[in-house]
Amino acid sequence: MNVPIFSEQIASGKTPELLFWVGCAGSFDQRAQKITRAFASILNKLEIDYAILGKEEMCTGDPARRAGNEFMFQMMAYQNIQVLNGYGIKKIVTACPHCFNTLKNEYPELGGTYEVIHHASYLQQLIDEGRIKMKEGGDFSGRKITYHDSCYLGRANDIYEAPRKVLEALDAALVEMKRCKSNGLCCGAGGAQMFKEEEKGTTRINIDRTLEALDTGASVIASACPFCNTMMTDGVKNSNKEEEVQVLDIAELVAASMENE
Amino acid sequence: MKFGAKDVFDLSWKSLLDAYSCTECGRCSTACPANQTGKLLSPRKIMMDTRDRLEAVGKNIKANGEFKDDGKNLLSHITVEELRACTTCNACVEECPVSISPLDIILEMRRALIMEDSNAPQEWNGMFSNIENNFAPWKFSPEDRADWVKG
Repeated sequence: MNVPIFSEQIASGKTPELLFWVGCAGSFDQRAQKITRAFASILNKLEIDYAILGKEEMCTGDPARRAGNEFMFQMMAYQNIQVLNGYGIKKIVTACPHCFNTLKNEYPELGGTYEVIHHASYLQQLIDEGRIKMKEGGDFSGRKITYHDSCYLGRANDIYEAPRKVLEALDAALVEMKRCKSNGLCCGAGGAQMFKEEEKGTTRINIDRTLEALDTGASVIASACPFCNTMMTDGVKNSNKEEEVQVLDIAELVAASMENE
Repeated sequence: MKFGAKDVFDLSWKSLLDAYSCTECGRCSTACPANQTGKLLSPRKIMMDTRDRLEAVGKNIKANGEFKDDGKNLLSHITVEELRACTTCNACVEECPVSISPLDIILEMRRALIMEDSNAPQEWNGMFSNIENNFAPWKFSPEDRADWVKG
């Protein structure tokens, strides 16, 4: 697919309005790449003036900071801020709540201040403005969908309604898990747990959370975070439900339900 | 210069007052995903341990006129395994009826483990070196970062 690169746009005299921050998961994880492509396809379809950093993008430093490696976090942050400020970037959208939280809340005190939007809020905005139009009777219309809150979108940034509004626009039947919104249970990946074995316990967090999602009877578990997506997908496989239950990002749900025009 | 917190001296006054403010109601631990899946971590215990250590330090100062090294620190109360189990999900902070933060203490202690003692699980060391060399927590070439467009 055709995705504009910031440096090339600048070289040809254009300054894109919006930076799409892809993130490491969105760039390299095979499953998350699909989410990235779905979101980019929406931006392309709506002819949004955006670009990605491509090879100039680096890890925000979030997993290093959560693990305790403050030195590495600041090293990454300063490098990224240099690139972002160098291009005079004002507005950033990202599909990763961890990148979102770091860029929005942790870069300002290091000299990087931008308008940062998570794709859940951005998609909701585009739907509200009437720019995204859904197909009549789309694939997910009438289907039971449950939404798994990402900790760094929800509790860390108070974004609970935007992803739910997006799901409502699909005409889906949204069913809530017992623990949802500010009471939502973590998928188990946060705090750099994604990059290590879980500590000893009676069960894995993602298995516990997925069982709760399956309890709703939903055929789709919607997520808005690439790490939650991985954890819930593994949980669904663990319950041998991968034939009946899909774990999909809200960007994928929207991309599959948009009108063609 | 010191990084993170090995003992109560290294914590902010806010965290110390948090420890004294804790009502031990346990809602944090009921909301904690690690605690609820049988891990050793209990945010409630983090607060109580911090207070116990503070009390011991206070008695030490009172008895000696100044703090005399007792060969102990906060890590004598809170184990590495507890600290490692945290997903930083913020549920304990959200749930607390008196608005205190076990998470701040956990993160400061994790910082000391890594920055002062280079004490990290092997997988985390791998993740750090990937970030340092490949600018991503996984071992992929930074040259391929935009290859998703080809899919």
